[in-house]
Amino acid sequence: MLEGKIALVTGASRGIGRAVALELARQGANVIVNYAGSEAKANEVVETIRSLGREAFAVQADVASAADVERMVKAALDSFGRLDILVNNAGITRDNLLMRMKEEEWDAVINTNLKGVFLCTKAVARPMMKQRYGRIVNIASVVGVIGNPGQANYVAAKAGVIGLTKTAARELASRHITVNAVAPGFITTDMTEALSAEQKETMRNQIPLARFGEPDDVARVVAFLASDAAGYMTGQTLHVDGGMVMP
Amino acid sequence: MADVLERVTKIIVDRLGVDESQVTLEASFKDDLGADSLDIVELVMELEDEFNMEISDEEAEKIVTVGDAVNYIKSRL
Repeated sequence: MLEGKIALVTGASRGIGRAVALELARQGANVIVNYAGSEAKANEVVETIRSLGREAFAVQADVASAADVERMVKAALDSFGRLDILVNNAGITRDNLLMRMKEEEWDAVINTNLKGVFLCTKAVARPMMKQRYGRIVNIASVVGVIGNPGQANYVAAKAGVIGLTKTAARELASRHITVNAVAPGFITTDMTEALSAEQKETMRNQIPLARFGEPDDVARVVAFLASDAAGYMTGQTLHVDGGMVMP
Repeated sequence: MADVLERVTKIIVDRLGVDESQVTLEASFKDDLGADSLDIVELVMELEDEFNMEISDEEAEKIVTVGDAVNYIKSRL
């Protein structure tokens, strides 16, 4: 479905980003694998993609840094000459109760999870406008829609991503660039492994499909939005959460 | 120097689909040539490529008329 497309996936060394990078490659895309710190894991993803017969390389970049993002997008364009798909996935958590949250915790999460999406979108908009083609998929979260105690920073960032998705969709639509979001629910990754057994049980009880999601559950929906099959969708947020939130 | 105006005019005609006769130095991209804000961003991008220069967002915002664009480019060549 994505034969020959060039995709950039941020935060692609682990978790949902890794699954997205591999799924896009399985569907035919060549992939630029961005990572912040996990070089060895990013290289593993690259090797796996190459074993599928696709091209891939890893680029270290902090998405919260405009200079890093520009360097990353330039590297992608220098190698492949175009950029069809951007998946804004890179994200971190610094959970704390609102009353105890430090300014640094707030800033770190907003910078990576929200500003990072802005910077990457801005950087790829230029080549995509010239191409008159682009698919941008942002990884939001159901908590950005319903809130979550202990995650004021993360929830604010994810809700921000949903708003940014709608605005970018409106601004870029005339150039045939679509911008959509996916809002995962409880997905089994390093990020959610940090939760206690009790928290997990509470979450599971809220999921009609009665199981936690796997990164591949999210990756397949991202791949759909990144494909031409979703060409008439823009500004939307698709929930991939086992029915947890039905807005 | 007429060359700059010629090259700028060609880009404007191609991008905005206006008639060459409409592209005068006094013509405003927005008011006279029907460009919206995104068209202007794109025009600036194409001018950057055509003349192999970087035009900062601050400078780009000052470009209102065709003459502004031509003068800015001449000042940088």
